[in-house]
Amino acid sequence: MAQNTAAAPAQQKPKKEKRSQFSGMSKALVRRETISAYLFLLPSLVFFVSFVVVPMFICVIYSFMEYGLGGIKGFAGLDNYIKLFQDSIFHRGFLNTVLIVVVAVPTVTAFSLWVSSAIYKMHSVPRSFFRCVFYLPVVTGSVAITVVWKWILHPYYGLLNQLVGTDGFDWLGTSSTAIWFIILILFTTSIGQPIVLYVAALGNVDQSLVEAAQVDGATKLQVFWKIKWPQIMPTTLYVLVITTINSFQCFALIQLLTKGGPLNSTMTIMYQVYDTAYRLNDLGYANAIGVILAIIIAIFSAIQFKVVKTD
Amino acid sequence: MKAKTTDLSGTSTGYKVFAAVVLILLAIFFLFPLYWIVTGSFKDAIEINAKYPIWFPQNPTVDNYARLFEHPAFKWLFNIVFISAMAMILTCLTAALAGYALGKKRFYGRAILFTIIICAMALPKQVIVIPLLQEMTFFHMNDNLWAVILPTVGWPFGVFLMKQFSETIPNEILEAARVDGAGELRTFFSVVFPMIKPGIGALAIFTFVNTWNDYFLQLVMLTSDKNWTLPLAIANLQGEMSSDFGLIMAGAALAAIPIVVVFIAFQKYFTQGIAMGAVKG
Repeated sequence: MAQNTAAAPAQQKPKKEKRSQFSGMSKALVRRETISAYLFLLPSLVFFVSFVVVPMFICVIYSFMEYGLGGIKGFAGLDNYIKLFQDSIFHRGFLNTVLIVVVAVPTVTAFSLWVSSAIYKMHSVPRSFFRCVFYLPVVTGSVAITVVWKWILHPYYGLLNQLVGTDGFDWLGTSSTAIWFIILILFTTSIGQPIVLYVAALGNVDQSLVEAAQVDGATKLQVFWKIKWPQIMPTTLYVLVITTINSFQCFALIQLLTKGGPLNSTMTIMYQVYDTAYRLNDLGYANAIGVILAIIIAIFSAIQFKVVKTD
Repeated sequence: MKAKTTDLSGTSTGYKVFAAVVLILLAIFFLFPLYWIVTGSFKDAIEINAKYPIWFPQNPTVDNYARLFEHPAFKWLFNIVFISAMAMILTCLTAALAGYALGKKRFYGRAILFTIIICAMALPKQVIVIPLLQEMTFFHMNDNLWAVILPTVGWPFGVFLMKQFSETIPNEILEAARVDGAGELRTFFSVVFPMIKPGIGALAIFTFVNTWNDYFLQLVMLTSDKNWTLPLAIANLQGEMSSDFGLIMAGAALAAIPIVVVFIAFQKYFTQGIAMGAVKG
């Protein structure tokens, strides 16, 4: 009945995008739909506003405050942000975080694409098996995975030293090796989701195009780069963005394995946020670091969008 | 040349063998931590601290579990199950309602709202945890299980996923329900809900697993040991008794096994749903 009363208010050709949403709807219907839509959205919006939007604003406001153990001590202006540029721990944390992201993101993406292309044509049983195995570390959880690695890497009782024959070597207590183990463990807990996504995306590639290319004598690699790669591009973009965000936020590994040490060699921005807030009790500064981390992630994501979209 | 296989793994048998070998080695590498947790949890102190690898417990013992349950481990297990289950139920319910509105209704502010949700999803979740603690403290909800549940429900990924699913519902069906005189809520629960069930299944398992493993939020919010979750308790225990690996492996096994079982049981829904949400987005 609603559709019949639609008087189609002046359908102008320009501004098509704005109009099209409501085309064919009467004013009363639009109003009714808007009210009911917001009622449906209400429960979700209450949670979203209370626990995402509000803390976001608190974070930004506190970053301009001097906020120590006893509460807010006053307005700090840009002091917390200026401090960042002079803080050698932040510099170290920034470089380490960038190293983790720059190593982990391409490796995770390339590797998960390779695994997916090797398994997506398999019979459904082995395919599910492999997909499950690679997702297992994600499900097992960062804490359980981290504590078992801590044991494996233990200088005296650890499996690694027993296998390699380097008794007593402290992999996590040595500046040059600690961060590489962090990256390795991060890698094992990161490829699960990309593989699930790539297996689905590769299965959705338009087979008629693939066959047409093969009839024209295209090689496997040509088929992959010219036909499949462009079609799975949205998935690649999504994988890049989520892997980047996850790598930037790498926390449990660091807190449980090294606490940023030795000599800040595994300090990351995220760990510094935590350390500054709860060990040093400097909430103003911690929130400023948090704001900067959010901005850095936004920049990285924007770059990925640009690079991938123009290709 | 002759074969019509079209995958990257190519036609040459040499490459296929190579790929299979690499995949199997990798699978062993990825399964190994879980194997080491479970077998480690049954080793006695001598085997745990042995100077050479013991691949399988020679004198299996449940001593580690006995020591684990000298702590309030059942309470910790209950806490994490309660948090994950509550977060899952509330997320699925609110996200299904909101996703349907975003996917199927035409209303003022729809485009802006959707943009805000997408932007929020790219936000580093952990950054807002510290201000969240201030907010919870203000409402006297810090060190409370709900301080972990409520923020998890606020995270907009579920709304996004449910919108993707709702969009696949044909308009004619909604129209037919309306013509038959079904009200908005009636339409939602008897027409929309059954159609987006696979999506809800995926979101449920995704939320459950992610909440279970959201260590940072639990660490910041839950301070007294009666409110710890199992993963948080293991993390704290390994700080206190860092070389009692038997006890810690028992805890890790108890934290990991239930969630792994849940995941394997429901993985079909999960893999379909997550892939659909992302591929369409």
